[in-house]
Amino acid sequence: MTSVIDPVLAPGVDRPNGPALIDVERVVQPAPDRYRNPIGRFKVRRSADCKGCAVCVEICPYGVHVKPDGYNRPLRPRDFLCIGPKCAETDHYCVEHCPNKALSVGPNPTADAIGDPRWTSDLLLATWRQAETGHVADVGDLEFRHGASGGGFDALRFRFPQVTALVSPDEVDTSLELNHRNDGRPKISIDLPFYGGGMSFGAVSIHVMVARARAAVAWNTFTCTGEGGYPERLQPYDHHVITQVATGLFGVREETIQRVRIVEFKYAQGAKPGLGGHLLGDKNTADVARMRQAVAGNALFSPFPFHSVYSVEDHKKHLDWIKEINARALMAVKVSTPTDVDMVAVGSYHAGAHIIHIDGSYGGTGAAPDIAKKNIAMPVEYAIPKVHRFLVEEGVRDEVVLIASGGIRTADDVLKAIALGADGAVIATSELVALGCIRCGNCESGRGCARGIATTDRELMQQVQIDWATQRLINLYSAWRERMVDVVARLGMRSVSELRGRHDCLRRVRWGEDDRDD
Amino acid sequence: MPERYHVPVAPIAARFPRIGKYSIVDWREDCARCRNCVKNACVSGIWPLERAHDLDPLASLEPAFDCRACLSCVQNCTKGILALSVNPYYLTLGGRYWSRKMILTTWDQADTGRIPVSGAGYRGAFCGPGFDSMWTDMSEIVRPTRDGIHGREYISTSVDIGPKPLRVRFEANGGSESEEQIIELPLPLILDVPPWGRDGENLLAARTSAAGTLGTLNVARASQIDDADDLDHLAPLLEGEEVRSRGELLRRARFVEISDCDGVGELVGQAREANSRLVVAVRAPFSRDAGERLLQLHQAGVRVVHLCADELSREVETEEPRYMRDALREAHGRLVQEGIRDEMTIIVSGGIALPEHMAKAIICGADLVAVGAPLLVALGCQVCDEGDHDANCPVKIQQVEADYAAQRMVNLMGAWHSQLIEVLGAMGIREVRRLRGETGRAMFLEDLDREAFGDIGY
Repeated sequence: MTSVIDPVLAPGVDRPNGPALIDVERVVQPAPDRYRNPIGRFKVRRSADCKGCAVCVEICPYGVHVKPDGYNRPLRPRDFLCIGPKCAETDHYCVEHCPNKALSVGPNPTADAIGDPRWTSDLLLATWRQAETGHVADVGDLEFRHGASGGGFDALRFRFPQVTALVSPDEVDTSLELNHRNDGRPKISIDLPFYGGGMSFGAVSIHVMVARARAAVAWNTFTCTGEGGYPERLQPYDHHVITQVATGLFGVREETIQRVRIVEFKYAQGAKPGLGGHLLGDKNTADVARMRQAVAGNALFSPFPFHSVYSVEDHKKHLDWIKEINARALMAVKVSTPTDVDMVAVGSYHAGAHIIHIDGSYGGTGAAPDIAKKNIAMPVEYAIPKVHRFLVEEGVRDEVVLIASGGIRTADDVLKAIALGADGAVIATSELVALGCIRCGNCESGRGCARGIATTDRELMQQVQIDWATQRLINLYSAWRERMVDVVARLGMRSVSELRGRHDCLRRVRWGEDDRDD
Repeated sequence: MPERYHVPVAPIAARFPRIGKYSIVDWREDCARCRNCVKNACVSGIWPLERAHDLDPLASLEPAFDCRACLSCVQNCTKGILALSVNPYYLTLGGRYWSRKMILTTWDQADTGRIPVSGAGYRGAFCGPGFDSMWTDMSEIVRPTRDGIHGREYISTSVDIGPKPLRVRFEANGGSESEEQIIELPLPLILDVPPWGRDGENLLAARTSAAGTLGTLNVARASQIDDADDLDHLAPLLEGEEVRSRGELLRRARFVEISDCDGVGELVGQAREANSRLVVAVRAPFSRDAGERLLQLHQAGVRVVHLCADELSREVETEEPRYMRDALREAHGRLVQEGIRDEMTIIVSGGIALPEHMAKAIICGADLVAVGAPLLVALGCQVCDEGDHDANCPVKIQQVEADYAAQRMVNLMGAWHSQLIEVLGAMGIREVRRLRGETGRAMFLEDLDREAFGDIGY
């Protein structure tokens, strides 16, 4: 009997060459901050004058004050839930009601010290909140829609029509079809217009990788291995994993190509366009080295570019090679955003790519030279319309899926990218933030990430547990979907894909001018 | 194997504790004295520095300036008594042009000579004035060479100063007739007089020494240079009459700058008469009519011009000044139009504060840049915007020992050199000479914005 590869393996079906696929339920439930002291905008202090009368416990509707049975005094205030001094306008302001004047509320200096123009303090806190609860409504006053960088996505808003045809949120379709070619390869539809970007084993811990894969299963979307090889522990989820083939070809083997539904060629990445990758020796631990078939402790270079590609013809040869090895896989091509990004995209289309993934310069998770992140290649906001328009002019726009990444931080960013002309987006930094990343930027140094995310240090990585991390990501996706559905419905549309290329649904804001609310 | 240009960087500590962005606030009165205190778990090893002082009062009390703001201690403390705050001293750094981030990154590079690297994406504003509203190109497949890890080892950063003859002329006996001298520098920058404060003895000596190590030139006022000084890497800057009075200097120098004035062409001629191998530049203000002035100077026989913009990288002596980014493109374009661009060398200075400014100035049409302010920042300068720099310098910059200062300058320029190679490597360009005026390999904000967002209304 000849063995035939089932083109669409259903989850749970045993396969001859791998463990059973594991299903993960799409359930939104609370996944609280893993730290003892979550950060909020405000600090609530309880002085020694507290007599334990528990008036505050009774009146606070936000759950800041808690007094368990048998305790004389309430616990330390859970101030990350506090709405701040504006609570004074309500009838439940604890500071005022405390008979002993033992409570005070003020800004939290920590909240002011974190964040930057691209990822503001509010955006970090709001992303954590969404990952905790799974609902966009729970972010309160925090600005969760955009950053404060003064341009690009941050200077775009949606232009909602005055009168909208009533579209119920239940009717809104957020799915995205990833194969627009009629080339006999499987149609793959994902339930969200975004999937997870490549972050290698070695760059992030195995816990983070597995959690991302599990969340991708739950939401029927994808995650990507990055260039550091395909860890065995991802195999039960390989229906939702993209194998990345990058210039280093670390751990790229026939079986890792054959077991997935999408293979991604990475030519360049936005954070270090034209520069290649560099894993410092410290992070090349024994586990990482085994995966990459390298020697532990040595710095690993991922050269730039593919030394076998000089032209679009060579590029086609690459894709044909993979297509030959895996007859059911879709081809994604990840490129950076040079001046001629539109030509590159059309070239990739003609080489046979199903998905063209353009990665702008302001995103990225891995360590990269600061000069490259700021200065080399254009921001993705400018690249999307350029590529979209050119694909339309060439008459091939509807045969290829255009995916944007590199600075997609929020659900609004995803929708703005789509309105500018993309079909969907790839995210990574926001996933790490959901897992507790604070963007301190020290991913590359010493033992790696102090928060246990971008590290392979066996002690540090234990801070992130797989179940918790999975839930945080499922929650983040859920909250993002809620926001997308809300925006799309208010635009009077029934699907996210209707928004593609609709510049008329966007308006610009001048930085510093009074900003009408959406 | 051809000899490669290499900058001998060597880690060298700053004179003062680094003023970090963060500090940790610690309300000790609530401390529960836990045995497993979160401070012991600090991944960056910041708290043990503090503990050293607890155990030995003679150990220096290190403020937590090196805190990397991972917040692990703040969020894990049993009693929640730690908080992160922005260091108030940090907020006093910098001025109108030099942001705090620029100062810190310059200090880091002077400490180590290495390229600043960080994870988790870009963290600045989308764009800004001048050079901050342009991006450089990259290529998906074109590389400087297919050899080596990145092909970077073969990228040339050499530039020439001096009159470049457009054709070789031969003498009757068949020998080529080289009229004038060209100075080849291994990297596209020269060191310049400080834009603020006094050019003290130590500073000048440090710059000259650094220029020697780097293989480039240091510009200093002729009045501060002795006739007997070694002029291999020292370039006197002369004012009007000095051209006549400092004949000995002219005879021995390789390169001099003469301040622009009426009849500067004659002065340049006199200088060349004194020393036929001398390369002479005219140092002119980068004003609105810089393009016109370049043509006049060319007419007068001048082949090297140093255009000085203000410290904000803008035109001087002009109402509503433009940024160098735009002014330089226009001036360069004038020379290209007249067909004389290759006969001239343009040096620019003013607001060249980061390595990307060097690359971008070259893209906009300069041959090379002159670096002033960053050399001061490398020594710890905090870029106080106002006041008497010499009397009130918080880091006593005039007292910095010359050898030490030279190494910090070399480190900074070494890091700049590496970053220039990153930019060139990404573009697939093999030598920096080809970057000059390559605006097609750059992207300008207005163009991108018009193309991409032109049809989106406010």
